[in-house]
Amino acid sequence: MAKHHVTTTINGEAAEYLCEPQETLLDVLRDEVGLTGTKEGCSSGDCGACSVMLDGRLVCSCLVLGVEAEGKSVETIEGMADGEELHPLQQKFLEEAALQCGFCTPGVLIAAKALLETNNNPTETEVRYWLAGNLCRCTGYDKIIRAVMDTASDMRGA
Amino acid sequence: MSGMRYEAPGSVDEAVTLLADANGAARVLAGGTDLLVQLRAGMISPDVVVNIKNISETQGIAADGGGFCIGASVAGAEMGENAALKAAWPGVVEGAELIGSTQVQGRATMAGNLCNASPAADSVPALIAAGATCTVAGPNGQREVSVSDIPTGPGQTSLGNGEFVVNIKLPARPANASDAYLRMIPRTEMDIAIVGAAVNLVLDGDGTCTEASVVLGAVGPKTITVADAAAALVGSKVDDAALAAVSAACSAAATPIDDKRGTVAYRTKVAGVMAARAAAIAAERARS
Repeated sequence: MAKHHVTTTINGEAAEYLCEPQETLLDVLRDEVGLTGTKEGCSSGDCGACSVMLDGRLVCSCLVLGVEAEGKSVETIEGMADGEELHPLQQKFLEEAALQCGFCTPGVLIAAKALLETNNNPTETEVRYWLAGNLCRCTGYDKIIRAVMDTASDMRGA
Repeated sequence: MSGMRYEAPGSVDEAVTLLADANGAARVLAGGTDLLVQLRAGMISPDVVVNIKNISETQGIAADGGGFCIGASVAGAEMGENAALKAAWPGVVEGAELIGSTQVQGRATMAGNLCNASPAADSVPALIAAGATCTVAGPNGQREVSVSDIPTGPGQTSLGNGEFVVNIKLPARPANASDAYLRMIPRTEMDIAIVGAAVNLVLDGDGTCTEASVVLGAVGPKTITVADAAAALVGSKVDDAALAAVSAACSAAATPIDDKRGTVAYRTKVAGVMAARAAAIAAERARS
């Protein structure tokens, strides 16, 4: 079966790749494009480790076909820092040790950034529900939630 | 699935031709939140997957004769962001928004939820209570079908070869009308309903219910429309006596399964509790 030639935008730059019709956007990002910051956890849309932004919407890249990115804009964890300068969420996660093994962290950061872009003053309940699709087996979530709340507070004060 | 083809037609007719030519070996891709999981698990191995999201008729939420026309590609998140839709049909929107995580909300569609035909589909009871219809396109043209006629059993639909759902239509609303959907899940979030209950009702000027529809999900192979519960609401002020009658009627109508997430006895009781609470919420919304 012929591969599809896909032209898209990844982290603001034009990108193209060849993919099989059944390959997911997650497969493509990791195996064809070489962006391995996006993690494969469950591959069934339950864990959120593969979270990316697709045309400004938070999605699980395991639930999107690679061919569906044609003409769209994809943002991954690799695009979150501005060069050497970490995004405030990344900085806060380090300062407050809001991670242990780190496997869920790229997905959590992408999801948290999407939240703060629509709501810069979320309640703890809103943060917990927004991130309900990002599973973490290490932290027990409290440090993640606190880091997101603290980042929001800093960003409002800035 | 190694030989799977992917097509993204730009028109309804092209999509129908692709689906019809595959003679049952095609799958429609809308949000993909069920389809991609089924593909990955090897539960299905279609010859062709037809992405309908590039078809303009499946896109967006439009005013339609006083009601709304919601394209089959519209994700839950888009519904939640539509203030007019949310004001008119809060129960329909809250059903759709209960499906999965924020990430899943960015993709999952009501049309997909309907055609996946899970007995526990969260968006379906409120659609049926609303009297929603859908446009089905197929080789013989388009037809308007009641949403309640689409699922025929777990994973089964009435759609024929080459047919797909193009949009879902919600009717115009009289004054003092509203709806609500509640579900019970064993966890706080990210779970499948063990009971779902939708209530849609209309009140008159003094708060007496003049029309009602009560629909249960997840307590039978298909949704259950509980006429006795609706009859208990009509003519009442949606007071405690009416809510008790709704509860009793819904528990009597429920025919749930026993599984690790809920027993028959629990689901039967909770079906009544959820329906009564949903009726109270719908009435409160209709009064305000």
